[in-house]
Amino acid sequence: MVRFSIPLVIFIVLAGFLYAGLSLKPREVPSPFINKSAPDFQLQKLDNMNELFSNKELLGKVWLLNVWASWCVACRQEHPLLVNMARNGTVPIYGLNYKDVPTQARRWLEEHGNPYALSIVDYEGKVGIDYGVYGVPETFIIDREGMIRHKVIGPLTRTELRKCVLPVIEVLEKSEPVNVVALSEVRESCSS
Amino acid sequence: MIPELGLFALILALCVSIVQGIVPIAGAQLGYRSWIAIARPAAQAQFVFVALAFGCLVYTFVVNDFSVRYVAMQSNSLLPMMYRISAVWGGHEGSMLLWVLILGVWSIAVSVFSKNLPDDMVARVLGVMGLISVGFYLFVLLTSNPFDRLLPPAIDGRDLNPLLQDPGLIIHPPMLYMGYVGFSVAFAFAIAALLSGRLDAAWARWSRPWTTVAWLFLTLGIGLGSWWAYYELGWGGWWFWDPVENASFMPWLMGTALIHSLAVTEKRGSFKNWTVLLAIFTFSLSLLGTFLVRSGVLTSVHAFATDPERGAFILMLLVLTIGISLTLFAWRAPKVGLGGRFNLISRESALLTNNVLLIVACAAVLLGTLYPLLLDSLDMGKISVGPPYFDAVFLPLMAPAVFLMAVGPIARWKLASVPDIVVRLRWAAVVSLVMGLLTPILMGEWGAVRSLGFTMAFWVMCSVFLMLRERAMKSNASGNVFSKIISQPNSFLGMCMAHFGVAVFIIGVTMVSSYEIEKDMRMDVGDSTELGGYQFTFEGVTQVKGPNYNADRGQIVVKKDGVVETVLLPEKRIYTVQTMPMTEAAIDTGFLRDLYVSLGEPVSNGAWSVRIYYKPFVDWIWGGTFIMALGGLLAVTDRRYRLVSRIARKIKADNKSGAEEVSAKGAATQES
Repeated sequence: MVRFSIPLVIFIVLAGFLYAGLSLKPREVPSPFINKSAPDFQLQKLDNMNELFSNKELLGKVWLLNVWASWCVACRQEHPLLVNMARNGTVPIYGLNYKDVPTQARRWLEEHGNPYALSIVDYEGKVGIDYGVYGVPETFIIDREGMIRHKVIGPLTRTELRKCVLPVIEVLEKSEPVNVVALSEVRESCSS
Repeated sequence: MIPELGLFALILALCVSIVQGIVPIAGAQLGYRSWIAIARPAAQAQFVFVALAFGCLVYTFVVNDFSVRYVAMQSNSLLPMMYRISAVWGGHEGSMLLWVLILGVWSIAVSVFSKNLPDDMVARVLGVMGLISVGFYLFVLLTSNPFDRLLPPAIDGRDLNPLLQDPGLIIHPPMLYMGYVGFSVAFAFAIAALLSGRLDAAWARWSRPWTTVAWLFLTLGIGLGSWWAYYELGWGGWWFWDPVENASFMPWLMGTALIHSLAVTEKRGSFKNWTVLLAIFTFSLSLLGTFLVRSGVLTSVHAFATDPERGAFILMLLVLTIGISLTLFAWRAPKVGLGGRFNLISRESALLTNNVLLIVACAAVLLGTLYPLLLDSLDMGKISVGPPYFDAVFLPLMAPAVFLMAVGPIARWKLASVPDIVVRLRWAAVVSLVMGLLTPILMGEWGAVRSLGFTMAFWVMCSVFLMLRERAMKSNASGNVFSKIISQPNSFLGMCMAHFGVAVFIIGVTMVSSYEIEKDMRMDVGDSTELGGYQFTFEGVTQVKGPNYNADRGQIVVKKDGVVETVLLPEKRIYTVQTMPMTEAAIDTGFLRDLYVSLGEPVSNGAWSVRIYYKPFVDWIWGGTFIMALGGLLAVTDRRYRLVSRIARKIKADNKSGAEEVSAKGAATQES
């Protein structure tokens, strides 16, 4: 009897995990980096590997940092949205090309379109670690003072863009210094 | 009015399925004949109602009734008719309706093709299927009603996701669901056997053809899905280890193990408990797949719009179905006898080992799929497991399994001798090793893994030929070798064919992963490039207007030795409603190679970035899966099943009144 109950016991444990999984939101991670300064980096530019680029050059601008890679399947899903955003000139998008082969990355952009003002090469993934990247793609919204204000894990969706990303950008662009109350309201309403 | 009719029909189907789920099982346990007799008509009535409901939903799509929320979400007045119909299962609600419709199809199939089974067995099987139906009808009606109205009605629909506007996607979901849901029959047989305590060879024989048919549909469904991903997603790959793909692959692995285990149970009476457990697991994995895809616990490109409330409901269904059946197993299994004994070296051992390998592979896929979720629930961070994990785990498990695929059918039941097996397989070993070493050299580049791949493929092929030859030589049938082979039982020929399909599949995979050539380049009008012996000339891009999209269509002329082979027309489409850009690759399919061209972005005046692939033997991947499915089809047409059913029917008819005899004979003539 005991021996034949093993499958049942295993299943009960699994079901427990699945139940716990339901209340989790795989796409929303409470990032310890939110409302902290974005970690500094200095990396090679994808289109010109002889030049370095640092995030300090972006102080005074609201910008998006999009972590992408040519091997990342989900990136292809969100890519048209980014291209569209770039075309509308909503906000400059900077790409962190994560653990990727630069030649393949360039080819990928050629094929799918390049929404990035600039992409930088994080070949070893060190900057990714600094930013606490869990999976690709991820998108950070960074304000004029270089603070991370919002983060999206996984591919951006149309709804997410409309409900979260664009409103957060709007608050950041309009208020200086940042209207923290309005920001947290927007972020709360979109995560529900 | 029509949507309300559909909803009403669906509610009636629920009511009938409640009766179907309770009365026949109770009748079988208590021995009430009249209660048992309800099973078949109930299953048939249930099918009529669910088919009516489905028909109503199709109708609302066909007439563009945008006052129905689901239609407004999934369709558009400009959508071509065939996609309007396939849009019915393009979203969550409709695909769940398809799910229950197909469960209805399987139920009515069991009620019609079970004339030779004892009535109480049929009652239990249909009863279990009725209970599953109840759960899913409740799910559709309470959380995912496709007939919900939208007030005020939408002026036009939001259009079907352009990715899904494709011929492959019209038949892929029905095939896949036929497979998923079909395992419910094997499951129902297993539960029925546990309930009645009759877990014997007869039970295995009854559930074998059902399991094989479900398996062959799942094989076709997965193959079609992979083919669709290949040409429609424009990535040129054919398998991505995406959670949703894994959700369909896990029941396939388990189902494959189940088919082989059923064979042992039928022939030798062994592995009874193991087989029952596999039947439960296989269907459980189908349910788990449904849960994973629709609950939002995992993120995936393919996942449906998700909703935690639905997730909780499916999880509850999952816990009830699997929990009850495993409890039943724990209670009943200890009383089941062990069956025929067998030696360490025997066909039983080979099949058991392969079973274990398949299950470990399935567990590895399950672990890889759920690992992010497990770590997350333990608060240990979030990670994603990519193809590197699966590739690393899968090859070492599949290589010995493929090796044993050749040994199993050659080895004798009960007790085999190693020298005998070695002698009978020596030519297969020599040929496959030589070919495995030579093929990569002939292809121009040697590598250890690809050499292993070819060796495995030729090993299986040679063993299939050896088996056929041995059988033909022993056969008493008259005529030449070919007719001797044809005279073998279909189940044996089906097995040979399915194994041959695996070999074809392995060749395809090995060839593509080793010898694919790709080129990415900027092409001006008139530019030419050479790849794999073919010359590709870019002749510019023209604007084309489709029914619901605008496209840039490139024209690429392909020449071989100066002779035009084909003209490829890759497109870059913008679907007008969702303004979603889509890459339509152009593919020239051939027996030995595919030429695959996809259009990138416009670079400058008239020049485009173009990606060209030369993919040797890539169609063998899907050809192999198709041959496997065909093997399954051949196996279920085995005379044994028909012969047995005719004898059983005769015995049954003799015991009954004359009136029933007439009807049984009528069914027999219908079948033949």
